[in-house]
Amino acid sequence: MIYKHDVLVVGAGLAGMRAAIAAQQHGVDVAIVSKVYPVRSHSNAAQGGINAALGEGDSWESHAYDTVKGSDYLGDQDAIEILAKEAPQAVLELEHWGVNFSRDETGHLGTRNFGGASQARTYFVADITGQALLQIMFEQLVRSGLKMYNEWFVTSLVLSENRVVGVLALDMRSGQLHGITAKSVVIASGGLGRVFEPSTNALICTGDGMAIAYRAGAQLMDMEMMQYHPTTLKGSGALLTEGARGEGAYLLNANGERFMKKSAPNKMELASRDVVSRAEQTEIDEGRGIDGCVLLDCRHLGRDLIMTKLGQIHELALELAGVDIVKEPVPVRPGFHYPMGGIKTDVFGETTVPGLYAAGEAACVSIHGGNRLGANSLLDTVIYGRRAGEAAADAAAKLAGEEVRETAVRDEERRIQALVDRPDRGQFAAKVRWDMGTGMVTHCGVFRDQKGLEACGDLLHDLKDRFTQVHVGDKGRVFNTNLLSVLELRNMLDLAEAVQLTALTRTESRGAHTRIDYPERDDEHWLRHILLQYREDGPEISYRPVTITQWEPQVRTY
Amino acid sequence: MDIKLKVRRQNPEADDKPFWKDYAVEVPEYYTLLDALLKVREEVDETLALRCSCRSHICGSCGMRVNGHAALACKTKLSDLDQETVTVEPMGNMPVIRDLVVDLEPFWNKLYSIKPYLQPATDPPEREYVVPNETMFHLDGVVNCIMCGACVSDCESLSVNPIFIGPTAFAKEYRFVLDPRDAADRERLSQMNGPGGVWDCTHCFQCVEVCPKDVAPMDRIMAMRRMMMDMGMEQHNGAKRANAFMDLVGTYGRLDETRLLMRSVSGLGELMSFSKVGFRALWKGKLPPLKPHRIAGAPAVRRILERARNQRPRRFKVHQAQEEGVRA
Repeated sequence: MIYKHDVLVVGAGLAGMRAAIAAQQHGVDVAIVSKVYPVRSHSNAAQGGINAALGEGDSWESHAYDTVKGSDYLGDQDAIEILAKEAPQAVLELEHWGVNFSRDETGHLGTRNFGGASQARTYFVADITGQALLQIMFEQLVRSGLKMYNEWFVTSLVLSENRVVGVLALDMRSGQLHGITAKSVVIASGGLGRVFEPSTNALICTGDGMAIAYRAGAQLMDMEMMQYHPTTLKGSGALLTEGARGEGAYLLNANGERFMKKSAPNKMELASRDVVSRAEQTEIDEGRGIDGCVLLDCRHLGRDLIMTKLGQIHELALELAGVDIVKEPVPVRPGFHYPMGGIKTDVFGETTVPGLYAAGEAACVSIHGGNRLGANSLLDTVIYGRRAGEAAADAAAKLAGEEVRETAVRDEERRIQALVDRPDRGQFAAKVRWDMGTGMVTHCGVFRDQKGLEACGDLLHDLKDRFTQVHVGDKGRVFNTNLLSVLELRNMLDLAEAVQLTALTRTESRGAHTRIDYPERDDEHWLRHILLQYREDGPEISYRPVTITQWEPQVRTY
Repeated sequence: MDIKLKVRRQNPEADDKPFWKDYAVEVPEYYTLLDALLKVREEVDETLALRCSCRSHICGSCGMRVNGHAALACKTKLSDLDQETVTVEPMGNMPVIRDLVVDLEPFWNKLYSIKPYLQPATDPPEREYVVPNETMFHLDGVVNCIMCGACVSDCESLSVNPIFIGPTAFAKEYRFVLDPRDAADRERLSQMNGPGGVWDCTHCFQCVEVCPKDVAPMDRIMAMRRMMMDMGMEQHNGAKRANAFMDLVGTYGRLDETRLLMRSVSGLGELMSFSKVGFRALWKGKLPPLKPHRIAGAPAVRRILERARNQRPRRFKVHQAQEEGVRA
C-alpha cells in the first residue's frame, strides 16, 4: 500500500508529537509514524525537569549564557537565544495543557536547582517530569485526531531529484512493507544510546532516524559530542536524576570526600555534566572509587523530601541495586546518556536535504554544543519540535509533491527479504551490537586518545564485516523483532562510525569530548563544528564556524 | 543461578494454537525476568516475540503474566520469585498477536473514549494556573500511570463484561476529575455513570495488586463513585446499593442482605429477576433472616462509617473558585 499525507512525522516522543500538533495547526494533513506506541517513547525517561527563565529576577539572557557556557562555546548562539527566549511560553503552554508541575507555597510554579545553571529555573513534576510531559503531549495528540501509524518501523527515506517525497515503513503487526508519501518529513525519532554499552537509554534508542537521514544525504553534526551522565546506577546503568544533586545530594569518593571541590569549587556537585563525569572518572581511575563507582549520598535530604520529590529514583535504586537511598549512599558512575550531535538543522528544523526536517535528540541545531545542560533536552523537544512542525507544514502547503512509487516498496522488500534469507553463519546481531557498544564506551568514553580511537576504527571496520554475515533466525512476518534488531544494528553501525571518526578528527578537548593527548581547548582551530556527509566509500568531513552573537569564548570554570 | 522459563507461545502464521516452551538459562543473581527473556531471545531462540524498551519501569512495554499475574518483566527480579520455574504468559483480556505480544488497540480505544485531555472552562490565563501544590502533588499518583495494561490484563470485571471501560482509562479519568484546571468533571462523571462505567467494577482488588506504579485504579474508581453521589448522581443501582449499604449498616451495625437487595434495584420487575436466586437460597437454607437484627455496637459502627464518609481527596476547581471569587 501507499499512504499519503502532507506532512509525516517519524517518531512519537515529545519532539515528534509536538511537531505533528504544530503542523496540523498550520492547516495541513499530518500523520505520525513510530516504531512504538507514543507513550512508550524514551522522552518518558527524563526525570529532572525543564528549564525556562520564568521566575522573577531571571532572564532569557542568563539562561542563554548558561547554555552557551555549558556547551563549552560550541553551541550556536542564535539557536540558543531562540531556545531561551521561547522557553517561558513553552513551559506555560505545557502547564495549560495539563502538566501538573510542582507549585510553591503560593500556588505558583516551583523550581529546583540543576547543573550548570546560575539560577533555579528548572520546572518539574517530582522526578517523573518526562513521563508527565509525554502523557500530556499524547493527550493533545489524541485530541488532534491525526493519523497514527503505531508500531511501524521506517526503513528508509524515499527521494526524488534529491528531495524527500516520503518513507518506506514496515508494519510490525502484519510484517508488510508500505510506502507513505509526504511533501515534508520530520525526523524526531530520538537518540542513538544503544550504540553504547552500558547506556541509560532504552532498547529502542537505536538512532534509526539519524541513520536513515544520514544515508539519504543529510549531514550529521557534532557527532563526537556524546554526554556521559554523572549518576547512573552501578550494575544496571539506570539513570538517577541530576535533580537529586539539585535537591542537595553529595558525591563522595572512597575516603568520604566531596571530591567536586577540586574541579568545581563554587558549583560543586552542580557543575555541568561533562565536568562532574570527568571528576568522577578521575577519582575512579586514580583509585579513590569503590568498585568502579563513586557514591551519591542523599541521606541528609531526609525521608520526606526523598519520597515526595525523588520517589522514582528511590524505587529504582531499591529495585535494581538493593540500596535504600534514605539510609545509605548509592554507588554511581558516569554512563552514556545523550548525543549532543545529530542531524544538522537550521533554526527552523530544516536539514541539508530539501523536504527533510529534524527535531529533538535526533537533531543538532546546535543548542547543546559540546555539552548539554540538564533539563534543556525536554525544552529542546517542545521548542524545536514545534518550529520544525510549523516549517514542514508551511513548506508542504506550497508544494504539489511527488509520490512514493510501488517500485520503491518492491525494491526495499527485496532488500529485506535478502536479509531474512541470509544463511546462518553463526553471527548474531546481539553479539555484534554488544561488541560495538562495549568498544564504543572503552574508546569513545569520558576520556579519549588517538590510539584508542584508531583501535575503535579498526573494531568498527571489523564489525561492519561481521554485520554482512549476521543472519535473521526468525523467518516469520508477524512481529518479527529479530528482523527489527538487524535493521536497527545497521543503523547503529553507521552512527558508531560517525562518532569515532569525528572524535578522532577533533584534536582538542571541549565539552564532553576529552582527548588526553590534546587536553586543552583550542579556540583558534576548533571553534567550529565537524559535519559528516555519507558517501558509499566512507564519510566525508567538512567544517562550519560556530555562530557567536554576544558571548565570546571564555575560560570555563564552575 | 539456574532458572527455567516456561513460556506460553503462539504463532498466528504457523498453526495459531498456543503451546508451552521451556527454556533453561543460567543468569546472575541480579537479573530481572526481562534480562532473562532477552538472553533467551539473543542466545537461544530469536523467534521469541515480546515488547520491551526502557528496562526501568517507565515505558510500560513489557507487561506480561508472570506466574499467573500481570507484571512488568523489567520489574520482576528473578531472585525474588520462589519457584525455580517461572511461568510466563501474554497479558489477559487482550487478544494475542504473537507470543507475548498482545493486541493493545482495544485498550487504547477505551482510553480515547473518555476524552483523555484537559478541558478547561475558558482560555488559559496569561501565566500559569494558580493552584495549591497539594492538588498537583495528588495527581502525581495517577500521572505515574505508564499505561502498561497490567490492571486491564487482570481485571476480573472485564473478563466477563467486555464493555467495562476498565481500570487504566478510569485512572486517567480521575486525573482530570481531580485536576483543578479541568472543568468537564460533571460530564466526565455522568459518562461513567452509564453502561461500562465505574459501577461495573466488582472491587476485586486485582488492579491494585498488579499495578507496578502504585496507581491503585480501584481506589480511584471508588473515589469517583463517591464524587458522583455527592453530586446527586444516585439513580444507578450501584449508587442505590451504596446508599442502602451505608444506611443499613449504620442503622443495624450489620448488613441486612434482603433489604439491601430490595433497595438496590429499580422496580418490582427487576426485583423479580432475583427470585430464582432467592428460591435457591431458601432451598439451601441460606436465605438471610427477613427481620433485621440490630447488634449491640451499632452506634459505634455508625461513628466509623461517618469518619470514613468524610475522607475525601481535596477537590479544588479553578473555574469554580473564580466564579466564587475565592483565591487558591
